[in-house]
Amino acid sequence: MRSFDIVLAVGIGLALWQGLVILTDAPHFILPSPLRVAQAMWHSRVIIAENAFVTASEVALGLLFGSLLGVATAIQLALSRTAERIMLPILVFTQAVPVFALAPVLTLWFGYGMGSKIVMAVLIIYFPVTSAFHDGLTRIDQNYRDLAQSMGAKKFQFLRQIQIPNALPSLGTGLKLAAVYAPIGAVIGEWVGASKGLGYLMLLANGRAKIDLMFASLIVLACLTVLLHIAVGLLASRLSRYAGGEVSRTR
Amino acid sequence: MNRTPGILLSGQHYLEGQLLFKAELELPAGEWTCLLGRSGVGKSTILRLILGLETGGRFEGSITATDGVPLDRRIGYMAQSDLLLPWLTVLENICIGARLRGTAPDLERAQVLLDRVGLADRAGAKPAALSGGMRQRAALARTLMEDQPVVFLDEPFSALDAGTRADMQELAVEVLAGRTVLLVTHDPAEATRLADQIIVLSAAGAAPWPVPPSPPLRSLSDPETLSCQTRLLDHLRGVEA
Repeated sequence: MRSFDIVLAVGIGLALWQGLVILTDAPHFILPSPLRVAQAMWHSRVIIAENAFVTASEVALGLLFGSLLGVATAIQLALSRTAERIMLPILVFTQAVPVFALAPVLTLWFGYGMGSKIVMAVLIIYFPVTSAFHDGLTRIDQNYRDLAQSMGAKKFQFLRQIQIPNALPSLGTGLKLAAVYAPIGAVIGEWVGASKGLGYLMLLANGRAKIDLMFASLIVLACLTVLLHIAVGLLASRLSRYAGGEVSRTR
Repeated sequence: MNRTPGILLSGQHYLEGQLLFKAELELPAGEWTCLLGRSGVGKSTILRLILGLETGGRFEGSITATDGVPLDRRIGYMAQSDLLLPWLTVLENICIGARLRGTAPDLERAQVLLDRVGLADRAGAKPAALSGGMRQRAALARTLMEDQPVVFLDEPFSALDAGTRADMQELAVEVLAGRTVLLVTHDPAEATRLADQIIVLSAAGAAPWPVPPSPPLRSLSDPETLSCQTRLLDHLRGVEA
């Protein structure tokens, strides 16, 4: 049923697209037909795949490092009131700086390779992950704190045994947001300056009036993002089910 | 279990500068004391004060154990909500105290205690798979696992249905025998059934209330128990919070 829905949705999308092409009679260098884009995708499959691999790697590494950094920060904030008091306002303030505006600077500092794109993705997802996980770590029923205190709990053990498992669903929410943001960061980075990646390929195709190739890259990028979203969504629901006591413990 | 101490509390508690209560009360060693009173009169505050938990107010006075040893880490605590961790099995939940202190739990003893509260065959189950009564029994086993000479119960049976509540009361009296117990409750029937000593807390202070001469666990159909319960209810309706 689910897969049928997806096929149906894609079919309707393609039909609308083709309908628009026929209706507006737009030239193929403005709006290529789905068939032309499919042909371009097949024709340039190797170059698209190579560049998609680069973008996917940037996104995956950005997601990994950004999440690790976010998780570590949230734990540090939850462990230390002082850190929380000092760092939280700074974190919120840094969000006033549009990360996209930093892209040229990051390219200057980290070069035209994958580095600057990964840093870009890390910066974009760092705050949502930190904020969601920190929220989960600190939003805990006071009764649990009381019980733990009456048992003589150690601060670190309380964090490990209760706060972290309790915050896993919130972490899942943060990761889902991150999965949406990370590709944006990578592509913006590629637009500003790169020699590889789907964002670079789109600009290149645009410059050479290969609009069908541009569309093909765009579609592959969208598919990558959707796949990532699904994968992270599965992970998030697994985290939620674990914290809710529905999956058997694996340890 | 260490030697069982009694507890003496004497003093007044202020909340935002206002006097919440002024009380003197004694929890005799090895006995059940039931603390009643209207909502907001400070029953839970007394319990939290003795437990050493944050109360949001200021206490002037003294809290001492009759054996002169500090009360730190000698009080087990069971709340209204079972506070089982959903991601742990029942057995792991029973052992959470040791895990929180970073020591190895005594699994054998946990299993024995689970057996004692009738949950031996549910050791591997997650709390979500248990009924409300079973969850409270698991919470009771977790309290027993701490093996403290003093146990504080903050309305632990109030959310249970009548039959399960009666079962839990009997089980608690049986397994907590010999310990100094403070039960905070809203229910005159529960207090009358379980108490060696009843204390009614009001703005005027902590006043003892006479209990029937028979020992706990009293039958609720016993005329003396019934009459005590009725008079207690009338009294509670009459006193100001």
